Amino acid sequence: MRFNGFHAAALGVLAVLGASPATAKTISVSATTPDANEKLQEALILAEPGDVVQLGAGVWTLTDGLSLDVAGVTVRGAGAGEGGSILDFTGQQGAGEGLLVTSDDVLLTNFAVLNTKGDGIKSKGADRIVYHQLRVEWTAGPKETNGAYGIYPVESTDVLVDSVYVRGASDAGIYVGQSKNIIVRDSIATENVAGIEIENSYNADVHDNIATKNTGGILVFDLPSLPMQGGHNVRVFENIVNDNSTPNFAPKGNIVASVPTGTGVLVMANRNVEIFDNVFADNGTANVMIVGYRYEHKDPNYQPLPRDIVVRGNQHGKAGYAPKFPGGDMIAAAMGGAIPPVLWDGAGDAVVLDKVGVLSLNLPDVKTPQSEAKPAPADLSKGTPPAALPAITLPESMEAKVK
Amino acid sequence: MKRILAALAATLLCASGGAAFAPPGVDQAVVESDAMPPKLSAFGLFRGNDPGRPSTGIAYTLRASLFSDYTEKHRFIAIPAGKKAKVGSDGVIDFPVGTVLVKSFGWNDVGGGRLIETRLLIHRASGWVALPYIWDADGKDATLALGGRRVPVTFKSPDGETHSIRYAVPNKNQCKECHSLNGEIVPIGPKARNFILDPAAADAVRSRYFENPAALKPTMPIWDDPATGSVADRARAYLDVNCAHCHNPAGSASNSGLFLRWTDDPTGVNYGIGKRPTAAGRGSGGMDFAIAPGDPAHSFMIYRLESTDPGIAMPEVGRSTVHKEGAALLRQWIAEMPKGGQKAL
Repeated sequence: MRFNGFHAAALGVLAVLGASPATAKTISVSATTPDANEKLQEALILAEPGDVVQLGAGVWTLTDGLSLDVAGVTVRGAGAGEGGSILDFTGQQGAGEGLLVTSDDVLLTNFAVLNTKGDGIKSKGADRIVYHQLRVEWTAGPKETNGAYGIYPVESTDVLVDSVYVRGASDAGIYVGQSKNIIVRDSIATENVAGIEIENSYNADVHDNIATKNTGGILVFDLPSLPMQGGHNVRVFENIVNDNSTPNFAPKGNIVASVPTGTGVLVMANRNVEIFDNVFADNGTANVMIVGYRYEHKDPNYQPLPRDIVVRGNQHGKAGYAPKFPGGDMIAAAMGGAIPPVLWDGAGDAVVLDKVGVLSLNLPDVKTPQSEAKPAPADLSKGTPPAALPAITLPESMEAKVK
Repeated sequence: MKRILAALAATLLCASGGAAFAPPGVDQAVVESDAMPPKLSAFGLFRGNDPGRPSTGIAYTLRASLFSDYTEKHRFIAIPAGKKAKVGSDGVIDFPVGTVLVKSFGWNDVGGGRLIETRLLIHRASGWVALPYIWDADGKDATLALGGRRVPVTFKSPDGETHSIRYAVPNKNQCKECHSLNGEIVPIGPKARNFILDPAAADAVRSRYFENPAALKPTMPIWDDPATGSVADRARAYLDVNCAHCHNPAGSASNSGLFLRWTDDPTGVNYGIGKRPTAAGRGSGGMDFAIAPGDPAHSFMIYRLESTDPGIAMPEVGRSTVHKEGAALLRQWIAEMPKGGQKAL
């Protein structure tokens, strides 16, 4: 027995050694080092798989965007709040984002990125990326001159956004685009145009987040003429989506500039989207909006209709009292001051099992202009919902990084 | 007979080099190692480390070249002895392992024409590697700047305007952002249609470096030479060289769906015609389309080219100045498109 016990202990040691390569090291960089921008960038270039780039506490005054292209690296700060590691890009002179990650298996944790000119943190083609306990913020609050996206993974497989805080993005606070297998959870998105947006992506769980004081809380979109489209299988559940009342401040031309102020969850041209067990309140246009893509497009492969959308088990507080889509105020007046909490443009199909009213604009053909809307209550409770979607699971190596 | 001639030639070559002054050469061991030498001189690419005197190789230029804040660029290729580059049937040039593409940047009116930086693109067994070197103040050597650097300069553009900018030497990763295809580094400029080998070089020299030099047929229009193509053709050449290294389906901007290669359909929505912004943020400038035919003032492609704000400007890296002349060409191209129509040509 003793022999066996010893043997097991020895194996345990070996296992630990195996988990962290002997060469893995921590590269510490101080915020106050001369040429901190260049030194930090050098550290990110010289890091090797398994290494940790440790950001010192303090405010980093940065003029150029940073980038990481080495797989398996962790970038770890001393915290995302006051006294933590604050990457301040207020004086940024170059690059389209504050930090760009283009390698796989990267963990970003415990730091803040402030006031970037473009996007906050972008990762492209970066599989199994983990964003954890980060803050991305434009500190002056909503302004059209703020950068577009706060946290911006794109073209990636296996994405985890966990416990982040994003404020002030002039497009989406947390934006996941053209990606597969995604979890966005336990995060706060406030005072962005879109709080959280899942776009042209497959298989996503968005849960236990707070989306408040944005123009629109949580968006699930599919757009034409992009390399990856046909967005589907998205579950939005157990989120708090309230008081999304910030006037839309997106630069015109961008799709989110069309999101009406006061939108809770908005589904546009996706299939198999489940919206359940959320808490909605104080969304002046609608708690849930389901629409087709109603712009002209020339993409024969694009499917502009929302299909197989399910809304169930949600709590609905006050909604629909200030609908900010064209003609909305008149419809609200005609309906006694507010429209129902669920708004559908009449295109595609949806099942709404919540015991609240649904207003249809009765525009089944996306080519019909909105001016021809024939708003009327609709009963969407009779349809058969499609089979429930499975929960998203990510590789254990990713979950282990946030434990 | 042949053998005798070869022996004679070898003797002559040695004599011309002079026994006392063995010609310095490229240190091929360094080139082909995994090293990132802190000093450029370690490669032995220049005689006496004078950036104006390559120790080997053959100079080249490009029909259309990427705009880099009006810098003058000096390019040459070093290919190891016994190896040659080959032009493929698709016009892509295959450089053997051990090749170094050397590109130096400077302005004629800055520091007396002294070079600012030299970028190396090295073909190693593990793939291409990009290394940026900044010339030291005494001009005697250049120092590796992996993390990039901003260098304050004041220069005049061709129209006589004075620009004071903080010129950005790219960091190693930014080199790759442009030189990237499916996440791997590749050369951008050297394609048969764009590549001009030193016209002063004798055929024998050209054949020393290229297996099939005759296949180098630089046909791409020169963007600022109307004799070489229509406005539309020159605009497309400009977009290919300045944008398409990212804006292609395997490049850094693949997710944008905007593809601007010479070979892309210039009438399609993916070429920007009537294309709505994707992830453009402030880059949309409040406009609906990248290119609104007939209406450059409402085409945000122009808006982005004419900005130096990092949240708006395109390309995202590599310039701190607006290329007025290039933007003017694209303005003219868009203005001449039939309004409302979706046909670009």
